[in-house]
Amino acid sequence: MTTSVLRLTVGEQLAAQTYRVTRADLVRYAGASGDFNPIHWSDRIAAAVGLPGVIAHGMFTMALAGRAVTTWAGAGSVTEYGVRFTKPVVVPDDEEGAEIVVSGTVRAVDDGVAQIDLTVTCNGEKILAQAKARVRQPGLGE
Amino acid sequence: MALDPSFVGHSYPPSPPYLVGREKIREFAQAIGADDAAFRDPDAAMALGFADVIAPPTFAGVIAMRASQVAFDDPALGVDFSRVVHGDQRFRYERPVCAGDSLVGVCVVEEVMTRAGHGFLTTRTELSTEAGEPVATVWARLVIRGED
Repeated sequence: MTTSVLRLTVGEQLAAQTYRVTRADLVRYAGASGDFNPIHWSDRIAAAVGLPGVIAHGMFTMALAGRAVTTWAGAGSVTEYGVRFTKPVVVPDDEEGAEIVVSGTVRAVDDGVAQIDLTVTCNGEKILAQAKARVRQPGLGE
Repeated sequence: MALDPSFVGHSYPPSPPYLVGREKIREFAQAIGADDAAFRDPDAAMALGFADVIAPPTFAGVIAMRASQVAFDDPALGVDFSRVVHGDQRFRYERPVCAGDSLVGVCVVEEVMTRAGHGFLTTRTELSTEAGEPVATVWARLVIRGED
């Protein structure tokens, strides 16, 4: 996978990215990130704290939306990235897990930096709000 | 236990350095399925002008989380971690985190607020190399749910 980067244009709709998240992915993310909060792997603990089930780490969801951004704009292009976590992603203990869809629109391009507004959903419901990234365009800026 | 609003602006001492390893970046990139060559192949990253393999954007949060633990563990600030929900997360980058970076985090309490019985705490963690080069600024906003 080479780092092919596109020049983004205002109003452009970026190709939606779909990511499937299973319990195994949550365990792998826990290890890679060092976040071993049991609500992300134990049904027993998740139920005890009143959750509908084991939920994905918010930072994992954010990382997946960030993966979409680097897929669109290139690795190393991101200068700013922010989200608000609005709804937990319940990940059932089965083969299907949960499906997260990330789509993006180029809101502005200014001085070689593009702003991408992100829409991130699970089962058709928004799970992040105010999700925005700014990316440096190739050949401009540094 | 309520958050102490007098902590706004309080800065904690720098964290111990976090040495960013190439294999750790590869492990993190693999865990999120990010398969761009710059996340695993030093030559691909160098072709983009970076010193070594670069980390996906939110990896900076892993380092910042460690550095901000000092605030969450401070009994005087008063975070009840059993009631914490992650509200917002934001990053600003000078450049991507690179393998070989030895990063120090300075955590500052940026906002302390109580609204509708819930506490809100925003920390800002400045990540820079031991040599003093700024790399990223990381904001985390936690919601501390009020008693039921």
